[in-house]
Amino acid sequence: MIRWLIGTAALALAAPCAAQSVAITNARLVVGDGSAPIDGATVVVRDGKIVAAGKGVAAPAGVEVIDAGGRYVTPGIVAGFTRMGIVEVDGVDETNDAAAGNSPFHASIDIAPAINPKTSAIALNRAEGITRAVVAPATRGSIFAGQGAIIDLGADENSVTKPRAFQFLEYGESGAQAAGGSRPAAMVALRDALKAARAYAKAPGAYLDQGRDVLVNRADAAALLPVVEGRVPLLVHVERASDMRALIALKADYPALKLVFVGASEGWMIARDLAAAKIPVLASALNDLPESFETLAATQSNVGRMKAAGVQVALGIINDNDARQARYEKQYAGNLVALHHVPGATGLSWDAAFASITGDAAEAIGLGGEFGTLKPGRRGDVVIWSGDPLELSSAAETVFIDGVKQPLGTRQAELLKRYRQPQEGTLPKAYER
Amino acid sequence: MGMRIGRVSGLAIALGLSACAASDAKPQTTASAAPAKQPGKTYNHDPYPSTYKPYPGVPTLVTNVTIFDGEGGKIDRGQILFADGKIVAIGESVQAPAGATVIDGTGKVLTPGIIDIHSHLGDYPSPGVQANSDGNEATGPVTADVWAEHSVWPQDPGFSRALANGGVTTLQILPGSANLFGGRSVVLKNVYARTVQGMKFPGAPYGLKMACGENPKRVYGSKGRQPSTRMGNIAVDRATWARAAEYKRRWDKYEKDGGDPPSRDIAMDTLRGVLAGEILVQNHCYRADEMGIVLDMAKEFGYHVSTFHHAVEAYKIADLLKANGTCAAVWADWWGFKMESYDAISENLAILHNSGACAMIHSDDANGIQRLNQEVAKALAAGRRAGFQISDATAWTWLTYNPAKALGIADKTGSLKPGKMADVVLWNNDPFSVYTRPEKVWIDGALLYDANNPKLRPVSDFELGQPGSGDVK
Repeated sequence: MIRWLIGTAALALAAPCAAQSVAITNARLVVGDGSAPIDGATVVVRDGKIVAAGKGVAAPAGVEVIDAGGRYVTPGIVAGFTRMGIVEVDGVDETNDAAAGNSPFHASIDIAPAINPKTSAIALNRAEGITRAVVAPATRGSIFAGQGAIIDLGADENSVTKPRAFQFLEYGESGAQAAGGSRPAAMVALRDALKAARAYAKAPGAYLDQGRDVLVNRADAAALLPVVEGRVPLLVHVERASDMRALIALKADYPALKLVFVGASEGWMIARDLAAAKIPVLASALNDLPESFETLAATQSNVGRMKAAGVQVALGIINDNDARQARYEKQYAGNLVALHHVPGATGLSWDAAFASITGDAAEAIGLGGEFGTLKPGRRGDVVIWSGDPLELSSAAETVFIDGVKQPLGTRQAELLKRYRQPQEGTLPKAYER
Repeated sequence: MGMRIGRVSGLAIALGLSACAASDAKPQTTASAAPAKQPGKTYNHDPYPSTYKPYPGVPTLVTNVTIFDGEGGKIDRGQILFADGKIVAIGESVQAPAGATVIDGTGKVLTPGIIDIHSHLGDYPSPGVQANSDGNEATGPVTADVWAEHSVWPQDPGFSRALANGGVTTLQILPGSANLFGGRSVVLKNVYARTVQGMKFPGAPYGLKMACGENPKRVYGSKGRQPSTRMGNIAVDRATWARAAEYKRRWDKYEKDGGDPPSRDIAMDTLRGVLAGEILVQNHCYRADEMGIVLDMAKEFGYHVSTFHHAVEAYKIADLLKANGTCAAVWADWWGFKMESYDAISENLAILHNSGACAMIHSDDANGIQRLNQEVAKALAAGRRAGFQISDATAWTWLTYNPAKALGIADKTGSLKPGKMADVVLWNNDPFSVYTRPEKVWIDGALLYDANNPKLRPVSDFELGQPGSGDVK
């Protein structure tokens, strides 16, 4: 409780940091929308926003100029699905705010106040060029996890870009388990909750909040109202092709519902249906094992095949170090490019792969107008890289978030400094810092 | 649901299953004073012998190829010949017999097959349903009596991914880390077979899986029994080693002098094998201070720790590891999933190497095993950014030669020396680039994966007839 109060206060009081005006010249510019890199380009950031980016753009007089020396200059990486900022150490329950199995509240859980900008994972991923993240709560005891947030990874007290940005739901095997043991039970729980939200909308004052027959409490019903009305997307973790079909069918009764599928290992099998239903996918890039019976057809070609079929697809990290390792998305995107050279496989072009962790990720959650690309008006999230940002040897050298140049220090860097030579010196290691 | 830790706590779930079996039953030895006339008869040390036989190959010459030999050497525009399952010659130019298959390796890189010293393929296979969950005999903290090979399901689809995407040709399957003494490991050739014996690496020594730290104390502490603390871990370890020393003494005496045979104890057989230097200790351990304790415990009872696995804090004691001749098998950048992984840094491998310690990559993961070359690439890049000068060819030792040494099979595989097994990967480009994949993989000279030939894409029984069967994966 105390933690919650402090979190809220910090959020309310935090003032945005002063954004710099900067022009980055001589850039190998990647806009992040799937277009090809442009050499010799300039990016201009003013008051925290992108003003211009491209070839022939002039650096305005009086602003700081950074010569990128031909290096890659890109939008910061947008982590399409994470649990970053709500977990310090997964296995240490006290530091893990992802799920609340003993709470009577589910859909109404709002993780925004729990986001801790000092989480080690935020600093580490910032240093790796990740600048925004979709942060979802996790389910326990309900198919509904609650309301997720969009955050930035800036080194300031104001992490939350957009609170209550989406609702997160588990379907498939996890959803079945949470709903009492079967997929039909999960589906009836979902339909009942959506119905409850509509009932709540008609007469909020009359909505029963007590009694045995009420399965969806008032707070949860209220939280689901914007979902039913299509004002807030419903992110659903679903892997099996037939489960995706069942969810698509739901739109017949709830046409306003804005579904976004997360995971979707068998998405390639129904790619045309996904494209027709205009359902964006935040896919696990490299799932290729039948780790469960709902991912029997998993293949690394999933993303490429969906993309080829016209599905709006970006990368996310679900149930895969999602609290700490958003940095893997760069490697995952690179691997999708590698598939281009594997006979019979379907990967992504470099341009598309980079977009899948920047512009397309922002588009998938309906915020492409805010960030994810270096188009004018977008937030000034810009990274200068030592080399090809998808390549394993490259590093983020300079990171701007909302136009603010970021410190890139981490706990890990401090440990490295201390133990670069492991032997103790004239004093114990505890004195080396 | 759930993150990496889900895997770890998955073992805790399995624990609810049964009450503790007495794994620490004392050997019922009959003190015998019978006059010894002739040596006693020992028991069978290899009762489940390997039936692996190399598949046929053709004499193959790869030309114009960049070669990492696995021991730190590199040849640009080199040639390699292998025939009858063995490396025949390697160099800038080698003589090939008439009729050898010649492969132009221009723009490609050839390396020894990757060796993963830490895998649970087969004992935690896909699909990861409870019915297939056979990695932790978590019914007692000391289960040196179990053998991983008795759990390995040779139809795990993961073997095929490790081969085709990862270029893995040899792997050690370990029991899990719920127990202090988790049981025997088994080293496999990554070649599908109908039985696990058909995969067993001929002549590879056994390993003993041990575990430090959080897992044993959590698993048994939560049952209200020892160990519930790190000191409890070591107390149970020491009591067990003391019994093992006694068991060894009795059996050594019997085998030398004869008389009444001591009682057999299957767990103690394994520990006796460790004390005799026949079985290699593969010790799951994260924290530097705990590794320091274990190294002293090994001295106390007269055994050697081959390798600390995970060893996320190995970099803090790289000098100590070097002095003890103990290797560290680590991830590139796994971090923060549990308390004892909190101080992981990506420079771990580079610092170990720079200190002269024996270091290698490992996966512990059915996905990670498909990208061990990339994991090394990340660790290498981090090391170079920190100022350590390490060549690509040297870094390749972390993938093949060092794990081969740590498994006691470096005389057979792990580098491209004439006479060794022709376990070879041809990569379609620089294997330290994210854009590179195996093009061909040979095991004992037999071509068992070819990206250009869908017929050379293994499909396990489980996947046959399922959605996506035989697809590129």
